Amino acid sequence: MIHFVLLISRQGKVRLTKWYSPYTQKERTKVIRELSGVILTRGPKLCNFVEWRGYKVVYKRYASLYFCMCIDQEDNELEVLEIIHHFVEILDRYFGSVCELDLIFNFHKAYYILDEILIAGELQETSKKIVARLIAAQDSLVETAKEEASSISNIIAQATK
Amino acid sequence: MATSSIMESLFQRSLDDLIKAIRLQMIGESNFISKSLEEIRKELKSTDPQTKSTALEKLIYLNSLYSIDMSFASFHVVEVMSSSKFSHKRIGYLAASQSFHENTDVLLLITNQLRKDLNSSNEFEVSLALECLSIIATHDLSRDLTPEIFTLLSSSKLFVKKKAIGVILRIFNKYPDSVKVAFKRLVENLEGGFDQPVMSAVVGVFCELTAKDPKSYLPLAPEFYRILVDSKNNWVLIKVLKIFSKLGLLEPRLAKKIVDPICEHMRRTTAKSLLFECIRTVVTCLTDYETAVKLAVEKIRELLIDEDSNLKYLGLKALSILGSKQLWTVVENKEAVIKSLSDADPNIRHQSLHLVMAMVSEDNVTDISRVLLNYALKSDPQFCNEILGSILSTCSKNDYEVIVDFDWYVSLLGEMSRNPHCQKGVEIEQQLVDIGQRVKEVRRELVRVARDLLIDPALLGNPFLHRILSAAAWVSGEYVEFLKNPLELIEALLQPRTNLLPPLIRAVYIHSVFKVLVFCLHLFFVRKHVTSSSLDGLAQGMYDLDAEREFPEGPSLVRRECSSASFDCEQDEEFKPIIQNITGEELTIENGGENLVAFEQVSLSTSFAKDPSNHESIVGLIDLIKTALSPLSGSDEVEVQDRARNVLGLIELIQRETDGWLIQMEDSFKGGKVKALKMIEILHGAFSVKIGPVLRTSQERVPVPEGIILNDNLADLDSICGDILSPPTSAFSMGNRLFGENYGNSSLDLQKKEESEPSTESTSLLAEHRKRHGLYYLSAEKTEGMSNDYPPPNDLQSTVDIGDGTQDLLKITDQSLSSKRKPKHSKPRPVVVKLDERDEKPVSSVKPLKDSEHDQLSGAVRNILLGEEDTSASSLTKPSDKSTGKRRVKELSSKSESRPEDKLGDAAPEVGGSSSFRRSKHRSRGKEREKSPKNNDENKEGNSQKDKRKSHQHSRNRTRHRADLPLNVVAQTPVIPDFLL
Repeated sequence: MIHFVLLISRQGKVRLTKWYSPYTQKERTKVIRELSGVILTRGPKLCNFVEWRGYKVVYKRYASLYFCMCIDQEDNELEVLEIIHHFVEILDRYFGSVCELDLIFNFHKAYYILDEILIAGELQETSKKIVARLIAAQDSLVETAKEEASSISNIIAQATK
Repeated sequence: MATSSIMESLFQRSLDDLIKAIRLQMIGESNFISKSLEEIRKELKSTDPQTKSTALEKLIYLNSLYSIDMSFASFHVVEVMSSSKFSHKRIGYLAASQSFHENTDVLLLITNQLRKDLNSSNEFEVSLALECLSIIATHDLSRDLTPEIFTLLSSSKLFVKKKAIGVILRIFNKYPDSVKVAFKRLVENLEGGFDQPVMSAVVGVFCELTAKDPKSYLPLAPEFYRILVDSKNNWVLIKVLKIFSKLGLLEPRLAKKIVDPICEHMRRTTAKSLLFECIRTVVTCLTDYETAVKLAVEKIRELLIDEDSNLKYLGLKALSILGSKQLWTVVENKEAVIKSLSDADPNIRHQSLHLVMAMVSEDNVTDISRVLLNYALKSDPQFCNEILGSILSTCSKNDYEVIVDFDWYVSLLGEMSRNPHCQKGVEIEQQLVDIGQRVKEVRRELVRVARDLLIDPALLGNPFLHRILSAAAWVSGEYVEFLKNPLELIEALLQPRTNLLPPLIRAVYIHSVFKVLVFCLHLFFVRKHVTSSSLDGLAQGMYDLDAEREFPEGPSLVRRECSSASFDCEQDEEFKPIIQNITGEELTIENGGENLVAFEQVSLSTSFAKDPSNHESIVGLIDLIKTALSPLSGSDEVEVQDRARNVLGLIELIQRETDGWLIQMEDSFKGGKVKALKMIEILHGAFSVKIGPVLRTSQERVPVPEGIILNDNLADLDSICGDILSPPTSAFSMGNRLFGENYGNSSLDLQKKEESEPSTESTSLLAEHRKRHGLYYLSAEKTEGMSNDYPPPNDLQSTVDIGDGTQDLLKITDQSLSSKRKPKHSKPRPVVVKLDERDEKPVSSVKPLKDSEHDQLSGAVRNILLGEEDTSASSLTKPSDKSTGKRRVKELSSKSESRPEDKLGDAAPEVGGSSSFRRSKHRSRGKEREKSPKNNDENKEGNSQKDKRKSHQHSRNRTRHRADLPLNVVAQTPVIPDFLL
């Protein structure tokens, strides 16, 4: 299974962390520090796998972002690479040629998308179309709620003028 | 109030604001964060849900990206989760899944909220709850929500169903009893097999379950087989292959069955991930099938020569799995492997190094090591040490199994030490000493290598080499008789740059000087004056010896005396003869008479390049030593000071005895010098006893010296140790209460024994033994292992019960030792292992957690299986007891220990799935299916009564079917493969 997902920028800034196995806050910080040290220093043409504490970390760089997933020894590295790619493609479709800034300002959306792709550290949805549809449906739920909220506050704001 | 909340929400910083503001902070980011954290704290307390959720969203941002602890907000998270608005709820759930963990106390509060959301009509709310549960589920939550999950497992919405399946794994792990309820539905989903996402989720769950406990899932093999053959979905196929690579190891017939489809996939697929999974399955569990292996090797070769470094890496990996069983596959790909040794990627290099080392055998060890060593010179420090490490560990495996030519190996070690990046000092040191002790023939070469290392002043500057130098110094002192030029060596040992060495190693240097000096003096005396007077002296000595033979302390004392000796002159007269005789005796005993003679001849006949027995050179030597060591006799380091004084003391002694004759260059030899000669002979004799390797158990073989009276029991000690013992007793009082008298007593016994040990006479033996060997043992490993190497003496004479206790202790230490060692041997990459060990410590809390979960799961399942009929389960849902039965059977097959017969009976009827029965039932009730295969192993015992009982619980009509089954069952115990047909 996938133990955690990390998105790290080339400068070592964390852009997303998702933990499917229990790690305390301290461990999380340590893991991030350790792994970004290992991964960011690796050259461009090297293989995408790193052995780490008895686990394997599969990473791939897209533009300025490193997508990393930590898996068990027996897991299939290539499959995880495909999952990463799958995730990136969905992000890309959702944001329309996604860039790091999109993920910074919509970090919660990145989480919601990831939640539609993985559950409990396993891949749950292989169809990009379905994921896109699900996310859109949930967004529309949120949007309507927001509109209501903003309209009310607008009204009150005008009233208090 | 209302206005205030409006104001709050109007003036609240939004998430965007926060992110922008953080991005603007060039410096003082942490300041800004703590300031916004203050704001967030305030906003969280707001009554306005909008404000609250926005604050929470900001907090999640800070938490996940800046690792800010957000546990303080957990109650607010619950509040937001329970909001009726989806947008808020979503934030609340996100926060929960990011920040909650086992010990979060508010988890108790969310059970009802989760239940409500799981039952919600809005599928997205259900999905939120499921997502969250998949991460934060605890035992209690799992227990309370199992019914909801169970319902969702057959939800009509695929979207919900697949998530429920994903969650079930976590639920099983946390609350194993849920298996009884939900397992059957899970299997139904597996059999349903129409919807890809559901199928993929189910297979994913089984893949994880199988990884932990493959045996239980053997009965499901037919389903998996069907998927393997039918499915076109690579994601699913990969998971199924993983399952088979576990199952195939357990059931050879299954392996036979899957070979063909797997080969088919391997040939056909274009997806590398699937291809690789096929290869991995073949190399892990299908190595007996030549065609499959051949095909896999062919594919591996393609991977190896691929441009893509990922594929190359995986190819090497697959090869190394295969290599442990079928070495020819590695040899066949030798070129590719060696080529990737120079790859830019350290991971690939590491793998190929590992493979290269796997190819090492007696015949090629020389060539491979040569090549690797040259290669190490050119590579970066880290990899260089990796290479050196693997050479060292491969060559030393099983007491240097692969080494035939030790002269070559020793010079290889010397060469390694000269590698500028070498950091393997400890290993090389250990091996130099070890080889010296174990392999007599190599000592000459060893001394030569050691000399070369010692006389090179450049090496002293590299702290990583100090340990090696220490070994070299020890070797050249210990085997001084092979030295071509002792004078040169002493110069090397005393060269000014030795002050760069750490004190302990310096002490070894000085002690080696001592040995060499004794050797030279001895040679000098013996050569010049093998006079009758000295012989007389010897003869005289022999006499005394016989008289003193019963001297209880034994030879070991001599060694100690001589080596640590700062011989007091007064002592000489009395002591010398004794020592001498014992030494002589020991020599004859240990080396055999001939050896002694041979040795004398060697030392006498060896002609030195620079004659060390020449008068001038001796004088020069003594001068040199005096000059070099005098300053050290005041050293702050006790070891150094001690050793230096020993040497100086000896010199002074000799000079006094010879009345300054040595210095005056007088060439006459007077009677008075006999004493000096004797003294030197004693010392020389002591040093020429060679120290051999010591077995861990050797202490047990040391006979109890006569004259030592060991009490049969240690009751006497009670009075002595009473005081010491009392505190432990009180400490154990708790144990007594909890575990009963026996436990308490035994622990007390142990305690007693440990306490009493120091006062037994046998400890003196132990101490001697230690001193005798420990003094010369340089390697850290040995000293470290000291406590294990010298277990408490296990005297047969002492009382049985105590002996037993010791035995137990010994066993325990042995076990712990062997368990520690095993991984080293079984894992062919010791260097890596070491790194792992070191690195792993910090995370250890994570790993054990997983293990314990697993134990819990299988343990609980076992309990279910063996325990009484669980009525509570059936009360939950009707189907539950069916699955219980199924599950039980399954478990039975895996865990065979104590199982009450009656329960077994329960299982038996279900077991009885003969294939015909299965087929017929197949259509009508899919559920039955899994049950039938399971029984395989254990259906023999009386099933008929069970039948009835079981059937009562189930629906009537099934009973009839079952009644006739048992017969079949008994006939064909292992059923699985048949189903495959």
